[in-house]
Amino acid sequence: MRLGNLMGQRRNGAGRPLHWTDIAAYAYLALGVVLMFGPVLWLVLSSFKTQSALLEFPPSPLPFAQVEVTVPGQPQKLPLFRTTLPDGSVRELAQVRRVGLLAQMVDPADPSKQYRVAIDKREPVRRVAFATENYTEPLQRFAFMRFLFNSVFVTFVATLITLLINSMAAYALAIYVFPGKQAATLAVIGTLMIPMTIILVPVYLVVTELGLANSLWAVILPGAATPTGVFLLRQYMLTLPKDLIEAARMDKASEWQIYWRIVMPLTLPALAVLAIFSIMWRWNEFLWPLAVLTKTEVYTLQIGLNAFQGELQTQWHYLLAMTVMTLAPVALVFVFLQRFITTGIGSTGMK
Amino acid sequence: MADLKLTAARKSFGSIDVLHGIDLAVKDGEFVVFVGPSGCGKSTLLRVIAGLENVTSGEIEIDGERVTHLPASERGLAMVFQSYALYPHMSVRKNMGFALENMGLKPSEITARVDRAATMLRLADYLDRKPKALSGGQRQRVAIGRAIVRDPKIFLFDEPLSNLDAELRVATRKELAALHANIGGTMIYVTHDQVEAMTLADRIVVLNAGRIEQVGTPLELYNRPANAFVAGFIGSPRMNFLPATVISDDGTLRLSVGERDIALPRAASGLTAGTRVTLGIRPEHIDLASDAGMLAASVDLVEQLGGETFIYATAPGLPQITLRQDGQSRFGRGDAVAIRFAPDHLHIFDASGAALARP
Repeated sequence: MRLGNLMGQRRNGAGRPLHWTDIAAYAYLALGVVLMFGPVLWLVLSSFKTQSALLEFPPSPLPFAQVEVTVPGQPQKLPLFRTTLPDGSVRELAQVRRVGLLAQMVDPADPSKQYRVAIDKREPVRRVAFATENYTEPLQRFAFMRFLFNSVFVTFVATLITLLINSMAAYALAIYVFPGKQAATLAVIGTLMIPMTIILVPVYLVVTELGLANSLWAVILPGAATPTGVFLLRQYMLTLPKDLIEAARMDKASEWQIYWRIVMPLTLPALAVLAIFSIMWRWNEFLWPLAVLTKTEVYTLQIGLNAFQGELQTQWHYLLAMTVMTLAPVALVFVFLQRFITTGIGSTGMK
Repeated sequence: MADLKLTAARKSFGSIDVLHGIDLAVKDGEFVVFVGPSGCGKSTLLRVIAGLENVTSGEIEIDGERVTHLPASERGLAMVFQSYALYPHMSVRKNMGFALENMGLKPSEITARVDRAATMLRLADYLDRKPKALSGGQRQRVAIGRAIVRDPKIFLFDEPLSNLDAELRVATRKELAALHANIGGTMIYVTHDQVEAMTLADRIVVLNAGRIEQVGTPLELYNRPANAFVAGFIGSPRMNFLPATVISDDGTLRLSVGERDIALPRAASGLTAGTRVTLGIRPEHIDLASDAGMLAASVDLVEQLGGETFIYATAPGLPQITLRQDGQSRFGRGDAVAIRFAPDHLHIFDASGAALARP
């Protein structure tokens, strides 16, 4: 309904003929959709292709598979080809075997008759077919549920801890009054400048010393306090009317009560934004878990996916299918929280 | 209910002094209004009393107990903010009960107190609404209710009516006066509106540039302003100030005002001839006569309000003079009039602005 309304918008008001700017706007938006959504769609379609179809060139957009038929008298299913016979007629024949440049073909309708056909005189008969085994096989062989659980656990717990710790830090930096507040704020913002890769080794050493290596807490804890999150929440809290905080102080509220009962509920839009970012960061996190998780039972999905990529060979069909499985939960989160994201980002001024 | 005492309270923000040593005593149950132009420090003074700002030096006592360094939450005061500062995510009931929850009262007691206050403020039907769903006047009453339920030692009001429209402001003003009569309680009220100050206050504190100019009942300030600032601030339209020079002061004060000399019978106050003074006279204490007045003037503008009339007139060598007359006036623009001051209501200020003793 809302989309319908949106589509009905015209520069000159509803019901007017399209202005050229409307067309330009829609064209621009359509381009954006193609650019952003195209690769995802390609991934989903490709994840249903068989291993050989993935390597085919030129690639086909839809997953096709050659049709196979059962021919009486033949032990196996035979691939079907559209064949041009020497007399010029075209028939669908099944291939029994192929020797060099010649194929021995049989008519599935009349198995007694056999043909010898040059292989350039035939084309495979193909039909859209979804290779669902790309999904079912790894789901059976590969500890997908284990990895999914690990990923969900890391994402959920880490996001909760992040929200709690970051909002408390932001409260201190935005509302609580203490000496050295300015310096503390600068220090927090300063850490935004330090990329993860630089502190990877020291943090790794700390984590192993604490005996956390190969546990999910090793992934959860080091990244729980993010300067981005603290800064985002602090900026939002600064916009809360000062009177409200002072009213709460007059109302005999302790700092904890002001934080928990006044500031937190009013910071919900910014918290929602941070939650979404945190879910995204944690779900897609790769480098750090790869460093600290070396046992299969603690792998997250992202690390698990990495297992399909060997040194010599990559099982693309499984990798693509499992990537789709990995994407789905975050995509769902976005679908349901989309409203919060837009309003929250709008109100926090975060891009 | 409690009394309050400020001793030499100073407040500076960095190098800027906002309050220059305030000494003030507020009696138990008194309604005191702080009034002054914007930037005079009246809101800062209120916040210092509330504990939302710390004094730079000086002492604050509530009920004889030093609270100078106590945080706001421990002073036992309640404040109504200009913006009302209602918690937007809580219902009216929660808003009013928040402080009581923090005080650790039993839920039944909280409900009883909130219900009582809501009935008094005609909010009983709105207790489950969020502040967003209330009108300006209702929000104002919730803010007052939030203060009442706590039964605080002192109520502090920071320009509580300034966000209301004119009609509602008058109505709420009357309600506030009734409320004070009803529940008693020491109340301190900040406003820049001298009408609110005059109508509500037991005593008014006039502030200017971080100093107390005068403290007194509304009529004391009106009748006997201590200086030209108070005289000009209290009363609407404002008092006329006319520059004058002393001719002689020997039982009858003779002054040269504009192009005329006037004589005022009063005790000698030691003014020497040639001293420059300022004559103050309120618009309602000036009479118009067609002839034989003190000053000859011509009418610039007449504002007819039906029940009263304001006349703006100029006399040679003097600033424009405002006059108030009862009823409707027959004078029009350009008319020549004679102005007569009521001698009993004349105020004389010396060069520093201080009022000279009245006869």
